[in-house]
Amino acid sequence: MKTLVWVEHDGSAVKDATLAAVTAASKLGEVHLLVAGSGVDGVAKAAAQIAGVGKVHVADNAAFGHNLPENIAPLVAELMTSHDAFVAPATTTGKNIAPRVAALLDVMQISEILSVEGPKTFTRPIYAGNAIATVESSDAKLVLTVRGTAFEKAATSGGSGTVEAVSAGGDAGISSFVGAEIAKQDRPELTSAKIIVSGGRALGSSEKYQEVIVPLADKLGAALGASRAAVDAGYVPNDYQVGQTGKIVAPEVYFAIGISGAIQHLAGMKDSKTIVAINKDEDAPIFQIADFGLVADLFNAVPDLTAKI
Amino acid sequence: MKILVPVKRVLDYNVKPRVKADGTGVDLANVKMSMNPFDEIGVEEAIRLKEKGVATEIVAVSVGPAKAQETLRTALAMGADRAILVQTDDEVEPLALAKIFKAIADAEQPGLVILGKQAIDGDNNQTGQMLAALTGWAQGTFASAVNVEGDHVSVTREVDGGLETVKLKLPAIVTTDLRLNEPRYASLPNIMKAKSKPLDTKSPADYGVDTAPRVKTVKVSEPPVRSAGVKVADVDELVAKLKAMGVHS
Repeated sequence: MKTLVWVEHDGSAVKDATLAAVTAASKLGEVHLLVAGSGVDGVAKAAAQIAGVGKVHVADNAAFGHNLPENIAPLVAELMTSHDAFVAPATTTGKNIAPRVAALLDVMQISEILSVEGPKTFTRPIYAGNAIATVESSDAKLVLTVRGTAFEKAATSGGSGTVEAVSAGGDAGISSFVGAEIAKQDRPELTSAKIIVSGGRALGSSEKYQEVIVPLADKLGAALGASRAAVDAGYVPNDYQVGQTGKIVAPEVYFAIGISGAIQHLAGMKDSKTIVAINKDEDAPIFQIADFGLVADLFNAVPDLTAKI
Repeated sequence: MKILVPVKRVLDYNVKPRVKADGTGVDLANVKMSMNPFDEIGVEEAIRLKEKGVATEIVAVSVGPAKAQETLRTALAMGADRAILVQTDDEVEPLALAKIFKAIADAEQPGLVILGKQAIDGDNNQTGQMLAALTGWAQGTFASAVNVEGDHVSVTREVDGGLETVKLKLPAIVTTDLRLNEPRYASLPNIMKAKSKPLDTKSPADYGVDTAPRVKTVKVSEPPVRSAGVKVADVDELVAKLKAMGVHS
């Protein structure tokens, strides 16, 4: 089977979620990549280094600069005439593009796969991860999105893909990019961080989040997260949110601080390798899934932990 | 401008899903069902556009069993003008749903179709994008702001790491994210009024759409359970445990 993996990038580097998609695709067969964008020579070279990669199709065109699905989906659909499966990371970009491709190909997409069970059989979460479905496609071609935390990341070196320019596609003329407000953080991205320090409603204010959570994250080189309650209360911006309606994460270590452990939050972090919970309430549901639980007042315990770690 | 708002009847978001013992799915017998929360946001957005004078008519559509009428009545009580039930007892996949909505869009000629970004049962997150592909219209997914400006709509999207704004030619497809708005509750008088609003019943065959599934569910199982670990006595013990795992500054 020939797979085509959508390479998500920021114009200069390949994003981590792509590497998990490559691993998933490699379980199906030959891995080809698609790098689309404007001025993407550097990304294409980096992509060709990813272990196990064959051909790297490069579509360099201003129309592909902002991942507009109206322009990109027809390009992918055309490349799919010579591929059997389209595989994209289940990021907001992948989720925006893949179904549009699937419908153009008259294929029913399988979203957020967790494992590859057979050539056309996969597992995927339904009901926010409260159930796992094993599903089998009967379509001639496959369109998949891949949950990044469910697959190891492919190595970024050791590959020797051949770069090939694609001239297909252009501007469909129905959409344009206006602008973006991307929070610049001097720390690892939430979805790829090894350690995440998350704060909840118990912090009580934005100031306390900065005072208590941030120093611990700084000391550990960790990403910052939050529960939906903390986001709704305005302590931190929405892109910090971990949970069913926010980001799904699975770091080596997840610190849940002042987070009670609502189902919606657990859905986003329960696959973390080690969960550390600090909460005043010893009956908080978070302790039912924490590897290390500390029943304590977070305003004393966390600064103490920050000082001693 | 007419707005089409697809809505789905799903297990209420407050009910914990239980996997059936025979592994064929999630138990939906005798449990509370409600409108998919993301679709509720879609209905609300359409009503706000009507209140602003941008939209003239709101048509709610649902594909599902006879009981999906209740979901449509909820949309009508919130403020939709009329409803179409495409009645079927089969589970309809996003691709077939998109084909039904495409046929309805061809007939109704809406300026906007506003859908929830995903239904909270299947979590597919596909129907809006697929409908956009089939109609050839532009798509603004995961919207946190929608502004119609002449023959365009500007959509602010929730993306990984922040927000992004795109400008789309109308007609267009919008899918809603949680922060777009807070849906209103239907008042009692409006619930009463909704009972007399028009509701057409159709079938997938009326639109020439084959709803046979392309993806077979082999089985549905419980997710792996995570068991509780240990409680540590104090910060010093926690620090020792973390250092033993190699976690330190």
